[in-house]
Amino acid sequence: MFGYYLDLALRSLKRNRVLTALMVLAIAVGIGASMTTLTVVHLLSGDPMPGKSSVLFFPQVDPENPVTLSLHRNPWPAMDYRSAVDIWSSHRADRQAILTSSSVKVRLPDSGQPPLMLSMLSTSTDFFPMFDVPFQYGSGWSADDDASRARVAVISADLNQKLFGGANSVGRILRVRDADMRIVGVLKPWRPTPLFYDPWSQNFSKSEDVFAPFSSSLEINKGNFQAYTCWHVPPSMGNLQDADCVWVWVWAELDSPAKVRDYARFVDDYANTQKSLGRFAVGSEHARLHDLMTWLTDRGQVPDDVRLQAWLASAFLVICLFNAVGLLLAKFLRRSGEIGVRRALGASRGAIFAQCLVEAGLIGLLGGFFGWLLTLVGLWLVRRQPVDYAHLAHLDTAMFFVTFAMAIGASLIAGLIPALRASRVVPGWQLKAL
Amino acid sequence: MQIRPILSTLRHHKLTATLLTLQVAFTCAIVCNVAFMVAKRVQRISVPTGIAENELSVIHSVGIGKGENMQARQTTDLAALRAIPGVRSAAAVSYSLPLNQNESSSGICPSKQALDRAIQLNSIDGSGCVQPALYDGTPGLIVTLGLHLVAGRDFLPGEYVSKGKPAVAIVTRALAEKLYPGRPALGQNMYDGDNFIRIVGIVDTLLRPALRKPGVDADSMIWPQRPDDTGVTYVLRSAPQDRQRVLTAAEAALLQANPNRIVDPQQMQTYTQIRRGYFQRDTTMIGLLIASALGLLFVTALGIAGLANFWVQQRTRSIGIRRAIGATRGDILHYFQAENFLIVTAGVAIGALLAIGLNLLLMTQYELPRLPLWYLPVGALALWALGQLSVLSPARRAAAVQPVVATRSV
Repeated sequence: MFGYYLDLALRSLKRNRVLTALMVLAIAVGIGASMTTLTVVHLLSGDPMPGKSSVLFFPQVDPENPVTLSLHRNPWPAMDYRSAVDIWSSHRADRQAILTSSSVKVRLPDSGQPPLMLSMLSTSTDFFPMFDVPFQYGSGWSADDDASRARVAVISADLNQKLFGGANSVGRILRVRDADMRIVGVLKPWRPTPLFYDPWSQNFSKSEDVFAPFSSSLEINKGNFQAYTCWHVPPSMGNLQDADCVWVWVWAELDSPAKVRDYARFVDDYANTQKSLGRFAVGSEHARLHDLMTWLTDRGQVPDDVRLQAWLASAFLVICLFNAVGLLLAKFLRRSGEIGVRRALGASRGAIFAQCLVEAGLIGLLGGFFGWLLTLVGLWLVRRQPVDYAHLAHLDTAMFFVTFAMAIGASLIAGLIPALRASRVVPGWQLKAL
Repeated sequence: MQIRPILSTLRHHKLTATLLTLQVAFTCAIVCNVAFMVAKRVQRISVPTGIAENELSVIHSVGIGKGENMQARQTTDLAALRAIPGVRSAAAVSYSLPLNQNESSSGICPSKQALDRAIQLNSIDGSGCVQPALYDGTPGLIVTLGLHLVAGRDFLPGEYVSKGKPAVAIVTRALAEKLYPGRPALGQNMYDGDNFIRIVGIVDTLLRPALRKPGVDADSMIWPQRPDDTGVTYVLRSAPQDRQRVLTAAEAALLQANPNRIVDPQQMQTYTQIRRGYFQRDTTMIGLLIASALGLLFVTALGIAGLANFWVQQRTRSIGIRRAIGATRGDILHYFQAENFLIVTAGVAIGALLAIGLNLLLMTQYELPRLPLWYLPVGALALWALGQLSVLSPARRAAAVQPVVATRSV
């Protein structure tokens, strides 16, 4: 039966090409617009560490004291040096990393190449296993390297390509500012999206090119660290260790709900103790422990504009559907005579209904195909925008199928009322009119 | 023109007429709100910075030599930059400039009592204190930026400091009125928690480096502090058409004055580029919003035309009969036009309510202000015009039906 309906549908679509084209166009445009924006929303709200994001936590305390004019309701997305080091070095979590980033001048010793200004992540040994960072050559550094301020570094695949043509550069020396650092590891291409571990980078920017132990990089790049904000003017610019500034942060891995509770209590207690010591103005009221996805949502990783676009595109699709309903109604009712004959020859109401829906579904399939092409064009346009998430805008397999499912689903819904109306045609009247 | 026969016909096509009415209603609601959002964005991207944007260009340099004297370096650099043909004036700032996103801000109070009040309230709101953006720079900054002094004077050479806080400041008119409402702000001493800072001048407008919300975007303060970091931003003023050439020459001049530095080509921009970059997303959004509004109107026009066409074909015989018993072509034409007018009128009436509802929803989601009501009649007019345009061709086809059709195919 389905084959016969399909044949009828094709004939009917061919009979009135302009009307068919209008309907296909309406659905294609609606699908194209909404799929482009939904794909972007889907990509932006993705989980950067699938399977692991629920065990990664971002502790925050509020070191501002006295509470001055920059009053805020939430703690800053970073801590002062002392709080961060206290929380990190307590080793209460399964894994913990202390982090900060800075720009630094990097060159190869004894090479004529001009120096590069790169961003450097200062962190500690747990960073690599905690975030499943993939290595091409070598490995990260050890806890002893952290303690002994070892002059070692891990570099990105990009930098390895730029400096060493992609060869195994473990053991080579890199001049970072004025210090010679031994390369102990080279990463595979690694670009977590969004760049979740850096709380104030652009959400979808590249990860750093140089990774070095927190302890030694603080010495090497002294004076070049930037604060997120300060509540007192630092005694000397760039020297932030003793300054009233926030610029360091911590990530912790906690494997069980019990550990999360304990750690949250530990962060609260820390804030309260510091308050009672007179170092903090606000205690546990401004202490937080968010898991990765909550933290990203708080940070607003899907820009407002993108959400607005998605709403707009959905509204567009709804209007296109109204249009399709009206046009399908016109199309089916115009064939009342034909339907009357089929009914008189014994076709049931259900059969007429099914036949009309097959036709609507076929229009949806065609609309989906053109909608898919329009989505590709739309995403191509998004990629040409100078926004930090531009490189992400590609259609993955799931969204490809969603496109067709949505197009056919939408046209079936649109076909429902017209099909119902068509199946109610009274055969006698139509036969009389012939 | 009689309305009753039209109404009774529409009653026979309830479903189709309702669908069309709803489509018009939704289109009206969405298009009104989209138009409002476009207007808001256009207003946002055309906010004046208060500086002579079309004559300015900016170049950034980071010294990588050791133990340099920053002040001496800047003086040499500025001399080299001023020597470039076409450069009218030049100044150096640490990093902050309007719309370049590098903001430094700090709380400031009209008096010491206001600060105590803020601490007591545990909030800056209601205390009289504000958080302006801070600008620093070398002598000549006011002239180079083209700021318009409305009261007081520029800084004196002796007031400039390199380390620590200066004792005087120039504020914007908006900031002055906020700090000292109803009082002359010139000569007042502001308090920042540690020191008093005297207002020696007031400029008309100077926008923040990063916009927050319209009420506070013009709260800025300049103080006579020389940049004291390895990274420094130079501002050059020249004739608008010279800017690109001046920038290229400036890079060469800086590297010649001291090759031990990095001049980032990304941070070598005319102010037109800075403004365009800052509002890039808004410009894209405006384009998208306009495109989707036009798309919606187009789809609705298609729907109206498609259905009108169908109706004309369906009623060919009755049109023929009407023509046979004396209706003129004009009568038929007007019949379809009036029918469309009725449907669109019902649509925009519902659409006006929907538009207000949608606006209320958007207000909670996107901090959008209330939709001014005059958008609704304008939207209605647009949809009436659209309806009449799209029904014109089917209606003319209906008017062309020959009376003889009535006698055929019975």
